[in-house]
Amino acid sequence: MAKKINSWNDLKALYKELNKDLDPKSQWIAICEGTGCRVYGCLDVSKALEGELNKQNLTKVKIVHTGCHGFCERGTLMVIHPEGIFYSRVKPEDVKEIVEKTVKNHEIIDRLVYVDPKTNSKIPYAKDIPFYKFQKRVLLSRNEEINPTLITDYIAHGGYNSLAKALFEMAPDQVIKEVKDAGLRGRGGGGFLAARKWESSRKAEGDVKYIICNADEGDPGAYMDRSIIEGNPHSVLEGMIIGAYAVGSSNGYIYIRHEYPLAMHHITEAIKQAREYGFLGENVLGSDFSFDLKISRGGGAFVAGESSALIQSIEGKVAEPKAKYVHMAEHGLYSKPTVLNNVETWANVPLIIDMGSKKYSEIGTKTSTGTKIFSLVGKINNTGLVEVPMGISLRQIIFDIGGGIKNNKKFKAVQTGGPSGGVLPEKLLDLPVDFDRLTEAGSMMGSGGMIVMDEDNCMVDVAKYFIAFLQEESCGKCVPCREGLKQMLEILEKICSGKGEMSDLDTLNDLSQLLTDGSLCGLGNSAANPVLSSLQYFRDEYETHIKDKKCPAKVCKALIKYRIIEDKCTGCHLCLKNCPSHAITGQVKKLHTIHDDKCIKCGICYDVCKFDAVIKE
Amino acid sequence: MTDLTAVDKVLQTHNHDKSMLVAILQDAQEQYRYLPKEVLTQISIKLEVPMSEIYQVVTFYKAFSLKPRGKHICSICMGTACHVRGAPLILETVKKHLDVEPGQNTKNMQFTLNTVNCVGACAVGPVVQVDNTLYGNLTSMKSIQLLKKFEKD
Ligand SMILES: Cc1cc2nc3c(=O)[nH]c(=O)nc-3n(C[C@H](O)[C@H](O)[C@H](O)COP(=O)(O)O)c2cc1C
Ligand code: SF4
Ligand code: SF4
Ligand code: FES
Repeated sequence: MAKKINSWNDLKALYKELNKDLDPKSQWIAICEGTGCRVYGCLDVSKALEGELNKQNLTKVKIVHTGCHGFCERGTLMVIHPEGIFYSRVKPEDVKEIVEKTVKNHEIIDRLVYVDPKTNSKIPYAKDIPFYKFQKRVLLSRNEEINPTLITDYIAHGGYNSLAKALFEMAPDQVIKEVKDAGLRGRGGGGFLAARKWESSRKAEGDVKYIICNADEGDPGAYMDRSIIEGNPHSVLEGMIIGAYAVGSSNGYIYIRHEYPLAMHHITEAIKQAREYGFLGENVLGSDFSFDLKISRGGGAFVAGESSALIQSIEGKVAEPKAKYVHMAEHGLYSKPTVLNNVETWANVPLIIDMGSKKYSEIGTKTSTGTKIFSLVGKINNTGLVEVPMGISLRQIIFDIGGGIKNNKKFKAVQTGGPSGGVLPEKLLDLPVDFDRLTEAGSMMGSGGMIVMDEDNCMVDVAKYFIAFLQEESCGKCVPCREGLKQMLEILEKICSGKGEMSDLDTLNDLSQLLTDGSLCGLGNSAANPVLSSLQYFRDEYETHIKDKKCPAKVCKALIKYRIIEDKCTGCHLCLKNCPSHAITGQVKKLHTIHDDKCIKCGICYDVCKFDAVIKE
Repeated sequence: MTDLTAVDKVLQTHNHDKSMLVAILQDAQEQYRYLPKEVLTQISIKLEVPMSEIYQVVTFYKAFSLKPRGKHICSICMGTACHVRGAPLILETVKKHLDVEPGQNTKNMQFTLNTVNCVGACAVGPVVQVDNTLYGNLTSMKSIQLLKKFEKD
């Protein structure tokens, strides 16, 4: 049974006791059990490893079931300590050999070692792999070492010491000053200075004040917040408790989406354990500060992540935004002073208290301090979660860390900022990634989605995708947002089906202006960005759709056809057998034919043909 | 008649707290696989929240269903990361294969087809979720093979 910690000394004693077990020379194995690796079947690998270690009487070798290590592309990931040998694509079948060779004899198994595609050299240690080497993992590094369901793991690595330091060594104003001097800006999209919000809330009148963590993560294509909560939930809790102390709040909420069951499970468990240990509840760590937290579940609507909508949702109402003439810092949840910050923002707080603002602000750029986590996905070799110092260039992220574009294709664009952001072309790859520079370029930092596109992606289709998304997610309260998006979508659909006119591009511009000026919340205000940025940087693609009735990337369904080339078709029947729409006819060993009227353009024939006889045109 | 024991239990777990309406509805849906009218009425009575307000919430979020759902729920991720890697082709194929539109059940009630916006496994996209398991790196072909596994049971 957990012992309630009643003072900083108690915590220090517990830390000492737990930390003793972390002998740097001891053998232990970290297995990534994040969402990505689960798709690859990591739980079976874990089970096999447990069985094998037991069988071989190696029970002294500890297995640590961790959250996401970030290199999701290569799952299942396993790191064998103390050496830090990094194995990827591990399957249950590999486990026996791993125990036999690596655990018992410290031998490295070549087959499981990462091979750098650029140099073809084998890189056995995680720290040397370019994907990790160029990152600065100050928030995510713990993910690789701790079991997120055990608070003792977090404490053993120094967790909750920042909280104790804040409680016993710093006055609330000092905490706010530290966060202010650190320059911490919100990681949920807008980049507001965190300390400024805290300060207003602290000063606002009233006994009841709220602290909220925004874990709605509505940006489709981003999963940073999910991975922090899954892999290191106590870092978020610790940040929130420190924030609550600074603001003078005794109640908090974590607003999290229902679609993230593992994150939900880990945060629920973390709150329970934090209560048992006395980090939450009455008299935190024996001080006279009290604070507790509740979880509020979202239903997975994009607009629900907007601050005023989120508050409505926590109150049990429909998540519709409200006008911002009232400030949340004074009139937020249940009309009480409220501070809302994003998951990653909160996770930075213990770090700032621990490092001190001076050292923290040395990371990143002058106006964007610290690191940012990106979900680097799309057509990139090393997909996964990356944490980089702000100010690093897009090129470094995509090519050095991300390893460049998949299948040797050509880079076309990178999309940042989610549905409120924009697409950036090759000529802007040297842009430093910070809040202000991305906004200047017509995109946004956003919450950290970074979706890489290659020559096979159509920029008009991507714009249409975002407008369709936003149109569906608009709450419908404002006419420009509701009707404007609908009309923009109609125009984009028209262009994608080859029926566009050049004047449509002007209409898109006009509608964009209308949206930006006439919408209540950020969804509508920034909804035009995907269209405006692609019009700015990829206007020629729009024009080709309109003038030539062609989709250069061969994506827009109405403008492409699948055809079988006579010379190459061997009549193997494979496409015919697999076509879900019975659109292919032909006899064995004779030329096959695709019938356009039945073809749904699913691309299966193109994928399965072994003779490259199917083409898109 | 729908058995209301399960929803009563859900309400109890949440201490009949009105502000937990979304969570209560989610948990109730998990129990009944959809939200039958009797269940909503019960929630309305017990929480003292008007039916109109409950319908407002239920229709606001895509994940709620007012109709019975099939034995397996197949959700195709249409998030950005999955989109650029070919999710639309997969949706097209699965629609044809199951002969339904998103939001509908197959005639034999074996499947309900849904679309979702990102399940947080973007690195392994395109992703399809069947019931509670995620499947990654799919193609049109592989998605049909995947569904075939669920056709019989
Ligand atoms: C339509 C819309 C959706 C949003 N979704 C999220 C979200 O999913 N997560 C998030 O942290 N912030 C989201 N935001 C930003 C929040 O309104 C708010 O600015 C943020 O949570 C504040 O935290 P921060 O200052 O730490 O970034 C969204 C904003 C808008 C306009
Ligand atoms: S801008 Fe759009 S989403 Fe935001 S309040 Fe208005 S209608 Fe709703
Ligand atoms: S694209 Fe799909 S539907 Fe069209 S012929 Fe090929 S397999 Fe059949
Ligand atoms: S976009 Fe499909 S899982 Fe995120």
